[in-house]
Parts: sequence; C-alpha cells; structure tokens
Amino acid sequence: MSGFWSIYVIVLVLVTVIGSLWLLQGLSKKRVEDEGEVGTTKHVWDKDLVEYDNPLPRWWLILFWLTVLYSVGYLVVYPGMGSFAGIWGWTQTGQYERELARAEKRYGDIFAAFSGIALTDLAEDPEAVQLGRNLFQNNCATCHGSDARGARGFPNLTDDAWLYGGEPEKIEATITNGRNGVMPALGAAMTEEELNDVVAHVLSLSGRGEPNAKGQEKFGQMCIACHGVDAKGNQLFGAPDLTDDDWLHGSAEADIRDVILNGRSNHMPAQKEALSPDRIRTLVAYVLSLSKS
Amino acid sequence: MEKSQTYNDVVVRQFAIMTVVWGIVGMLVGVIIAAQLLWPALNFDIPWLTYSRLRPLHTNAVIFAFGGSALIGASYYVVQRTCHVRLFLDRLAAFTFWGWQLVIVLAAVTLPLGYTQGKEYAELIWPIDILIAVVWIAYAVVYFGTLFTRRVSHIYVANWFFAAFILTIAILHIVNSLAIPVTLGLSYPIYAGVVDAMVQWWYGHNAVGFFLTAGFLGMMYYFVPKQAGRPVYSYRLSVVHFWSLIAIYMWAGPHHLHYTTLPDWAQSLGMVFSLILLAPSWGGMINGMMTLSGAWHKLRTDPILKFLIVSLSFYGMSTFEGPMMSIKTVNALSHYTDWTIGHVHSGALGWVAMVSIGTMYALIPKVFGRESMYSIKWIDLHFWISTIGVVLYIAAMWIAGVMQGLMWRAVNADGTLTYTFMESLKATYPYYAVRLLGGILFLSGMVIMAFNVYMTVRSGEKNAVQPVVEPA
Repeated sequence: MSGFWSIYVIVLVLVTVIGSLWLLQGLSKKRVEDEGEVGTTKHVWDKDLVEYDNPLPRWWLILFWLTVLYSVGYLVVYPGMGSFAGIWGWTQTGQYERELARAEKRYGDIFAAFSGIALTDLAEDPEAVQLGRNLFQNNCATCHGSDARGARGFPNLTDDAWLYGGEPEKIEATITNGRNGVMPALGAAMTEEELNDVVAHVLSLSGRGEPNAKGQEKFGQMCIACHGVDAKGNQLFGAPDLTDDDWLHGSAEADIRDVILNGRSNHMPAQKEALSPDRIRTLVAYVLSLSKS
Repeated sequence: MEKSQTYNDVVVRQFAIMTVVWGIVGMLVGVIIAAQLLWPALNFDIPWLTYSRLRPLHTNAVIFAFGGSALIGASYYVVQRTCHVRLFLDRLAAFTFWGWQLVIVLAAVTLPLGYTQGKEYAELIWPIDILIAVVWIAYAVVYFGTLFTRRVSHIYVANWFFAAFILTIAILHIVNSLAIPVTLGLSYPIYAGVVDAMVQWWYGHNAVGFFLTAGFLGMMYYFVPKQAGRPVYSYRLSVVHFWSLIAIYMWAGPHHLHYTTLPDWAQSLGMVFSLILLAPSWGGMINGMMTLSGAWHKLRTDPILKFLIVSLSFYGMSTFEGPMMSIKTVNALSHYTDWTIGHVHSGALGWVAMVSIGTMYALIPKVFGRESMYSIKWIDLHFWISTIGVVLYIAAMWIAGVMQGLMWRAVNADGTLTYTFMESLKATYPYYAVRLLGGILFLSGMVIMAFNVYMTVRSGEKNAVQPVVEPA
C-alpha cells in the first residue's frame, strides 16, 4: 500500500470512530430537562406522533464503549490501520504456515515411519493400509469413489487393468506427478463407413462380433501407433488395452464410436504439492492392497 | 376537496397488495428449493427449475419484490403523513410502481432462463440494472420532493432512515453494477479479481444494512409508536444510533471475505467495524421496544403489535449474531455452512418479513377506508404460525451449520479428515426437513394473510381518499 492510501485509510477509520464517539458523548451528557419527569421534544407529527427525550441507556453506552475499546486494541496488535502491520506482526499467510508446520510436526512422523519399508511390504501392513485409506478418502475418493471402483472416465483401482502400469513405482509416479491421457478426435479423418468398420473391428478385438477386414486395415493406419499392433495398448502413455473387458469410457458400441469421433482428454492431477512423499507411499500401499484383495 | 389536500394512497394501495403477492411468490420459490435440497429429483431435469437458477429467483423475489414493495409502499404512506403534504408528482410515483413491477417480472423471466451476472443479490443482467437505476432515481425524486415540500420544520425520525436507505441503495446499486456490456445478456464487471469481490460485498453487506435494516427501521419508527399509541422512547438515542449505524455499516463488508485473498488489513477493519456496529444496531431495537413501556398490556390483545415487537426481538438477535459471526475465529467455523443461512433468515423472516407483515396489517385497512382488518383472529393465527415457522427454520440451520463446521474440521489421529463432504451432507438431511417444515409454515401464514387482505379490500373502499392532516 502506498503512503497516501495508508494515510487515507487511517484517517477514515479515525474520523468514523471518533465522530461516533463524539456524538455519543455529546448526547449522553445533555441533561434531561425536567428532573424526574422526562419530557417530549414538543414536536408532533400526524396528529399524535411524539418523541420522549429519554437519556441513553447506561448499559448501552457501556456496550458501545467496550466494542470501541476492543477494536482499538485489536487494531494495535493486528493489521488494519493502513500499512501498519500491527505489533504482533500477524498475517493470515503466517498463520497458515504455522498451522501446517504444527500439523507436520504432529503427524509427519506417523508417515515417516514407513519410509524405509518396501512398497510391496507396506501393502501387507494393516496399519499402513488403514492410514492410506484415510488419505484416499480425503484426496482421491471425489473422483475414484469411496470404494475406489471409479466411475465412467475415472479408473477403477480395484481391478488388474492399469493404464500406466500397476507396479508400485508406476503407481507412485502416477500419484506424484499426475497423468494426462489424450485420445485424439478422429472424426474428421474417417468417412462414416470407415468409422463403422473401425468400430466393428474394435468390438471384435474383445470377442464381440465378426472380424472386419476393412476396419482392421483402417485401424492399422490410424490406431496402432498408440494402441499397438496387437491392440494391447501402451502403458508408456496410457493407451488402453482394447482386447480386454475393461472400458474406461464405456464398452457399448455407441460409447466406442463417440470416443473415436470426439476423442477424450483425461487428467489425473499431480499430488506432490498436496501430499508429502511419505504420504504418497502410504497411499500406494493402500491402492496396492485394493487390487490384491 | 382539492387533490393537493389529500394523500396519494393509490400508489400505496398498489404496493401494499403487491407486497402480499410477491411475498407468497418469493416464499413459495423458497419452499421449492428447500424441498429440492431434500429431494433433488424435484427439478424434474428441467433446466429452469434447477436449484442454481431458482435460488437467485427466491432471494431477488423476497428481498426486492416483497421487501422492496413493502418499503416503497410504507415509505410513501409515512412520508406524506409525517410531512403533512401530498406525495410529490403523482405520475412519477405511478411510474415507480409500474417500473418496479416490470423489474420484478423481468427478473422472474431472466433468472430461470439462466441469465445472470453471477454476483450474489445483484444477479440481474445489465439492461435490467439500468431500469432499476432509473426507477430508483424516480423513487428518490418522489420521496425527496415530498420531504422538501413538507409543512413541518422537523423531519420525523422514520424519514431519516428512509432517506438514508434510498440514497445509499442508489449508490450501491450503480457502483456495483458498473459493467461493460457485450451482448444483451452478457457483461463483464469493470472491476477485476479481489477488487470485484470487495465491491460486491461492500454492496452485499450494505444491501443488508441499508435495504434490510435502515429501510425497515424507518417502517418501525412510524408503525410501532402509532400502533402502541405511545411516544418514541428516546429522541437522542435515535440521533446517535442513526448516525453511527449509517457511518459504521459502510465498513462491514469485508467480513464476508475472511481468510481469502483480500488483504489482511481490510479483513481486520471489516471485523472491528462489525463489532462496533452492535450498539448502533441495538439502538433501534431499544427505541422500538421501550416505546412500549406503559403499554405492554396491548401485546395481549393486538396481534399487529405482536408482529412488530417480535420482529424487533429477531432484529436484536440477528444484529448480535452478525457481529459475533464476523469475528475471525467464529467465522472460521461458521463460514460456508448453513449457519449463515440460519442467520440470514432470522433477519429476513424474523425481522424483515414480520415487521413488513405487521406494517401491512396496520396500513391496509387505513388506505382502504376501514377501521381494521377483516379478521383480527386470523392475524393472531398468522402470527403464531409464522413465529413457529421462523424458530423451526433458524434452529434447524444453527444446528446444521455448527455440525457441518465441526465435521469439516474434525481430523483423525493421523491428521486426515474424519468426514467426507458427503457424510456432512447426509448428516444435514434431517435439518433440511425441519427447515422445509418451517418454510411451509411461514408460507401458510402468508396465504392466511392473503385471504384476510382479500376480504378486507373487498369490503373496503377501493378509492378511499384521506385529507392531509393539518400540522400541529
């Protein structure tokens, strides 16, 4: 805040508070005219509207002063008066950092205890799995579901199908750095007939319907770069296996057609800013325990 | 009798009737969205019935249609009688009525269609914003024109509050709505980022302070002493609490933005001025309540007075609760929970709606040339139904809000959150049911009122004319 605005704020605050108190003091000192008997202001409106001139209630005056005194004290110790930071030097960022540090001190060791243990062993440790489950409910359940079975577009973590690999280190990398899965929209690159053929071919890959030679040929031109010659996908960039019965975006013919036509863009957000490496390892243990059971 | 020697009650009658109509509409939409929270299927998969579109319709309808009609109507009634002069410019006054109704109808069409600026309580798109500004300035001309042509030298206290309300709402509305139009339905605010948020809540909280507080205090200052037949308790209290209220309310907006990107100093000022606001707010409650000293027995027989006095109790309660919720530590628990909804409704139903209802019961027979409403018993029934409704509503939301706040911050021994958001939502369901019941009760009360008003108007004089009272 520049010097001018700081002074502007301070002056406005003081004028408002001191002005209110001045009015309060002025009117509370004004004597009641007739001792004992409170008179009216002698003004009459609309036949019978009149006003007494009772003194200000004492308890109310005290209440007013107390709130002002508290506020003055508050503005001495906390920021408020323009660029004056307050004698305690409090900031909300500082409060946040202190709370984070306190939490890390209190809870960090719980997770740090797992740091030397291999991830596969950790997945057998009931305590680690339980802690991982808690982390999962806080950070992952919104998308993957509280039972980790996912939903359309959000992978099921309890089965054996892994877009980017189910090895402990792969899962750790996925959670830490996130993933971006992109299936390009191919609608513009195919005629309606070609699209029908490719869909028929893709369906046949998982044992549904007759093989389609034309579709296979088109698939060979357009799809194998990612999904592979054998259509078993590629975990290096998350291209799914098309020969199994695991379908992230739906297995129906219409779903497959739509994916080819319009493409898909999927995003697993990186967690490294939110979770410490120890916590991520605990989460991996939980996820591993899911596909084991 | 010459026209200039009579009051213009035509426009008062129009606003009074529409107060009841919009009250029912706005509260019905409120009941519908309360039911949708319990049974989400009630939007029938129709876009314009979704919660997100009906919720702004509800808030706009109850605040600006119901509350606005009550305020403009009552202020026209009061300003003529306390200035001892006919309303300034009949035609312009008629324009404010039809213009305001047009604003409401446009809101009721555009909001369900999904046209919004996305600013809470300022959702309406820019063409409607311009219409609001024009109507509001016309309202100011009518009101201040009447005030300037008054035949008494002292301005009655109710008019201080109405005047502050009219002036400030004009400024708030215009400054917060400044935007660059792109198409008829789309515009971008001229402010960016946290400045936009701050301007929005400067507007938002002063809409509470000047529309929902100062305006209705103006109503209170006329109808409480009139109905009680007693002098206002303290002139000097009204002076202090008026000036301190309007000076300090202006600062309270940042308490809506605690622990956000708003700079720390602004958050602190929002909090301390909210605390200092407690006494000025209570000044109005004390002045209203103490006006009854020597006439408390009237509460037993006069349900209109019951409405007015209970509204002041709710006013006192929510203006205590507000400063408490603005304290950062409390806010960290209450913010984003249903506690806020409970707080708003103890103000909106308990204070705003009940003082308006009491006022309308006092005003409607007068402008329709009758001694009193068709049925006093029905007023009493209305009073009890709505009081029970408000209490159920706010108690449910308090419990739900505190529970949500506690569930969201509960942590396990390992530092992870104990509950998911869904679990806190599930736990809130019983309270949503109680809230719905409270809302239905309050709405039922309004239906009773509508019948009572209908019977009163039917047997009343539709063109009643009252002569201007000579100044004392």
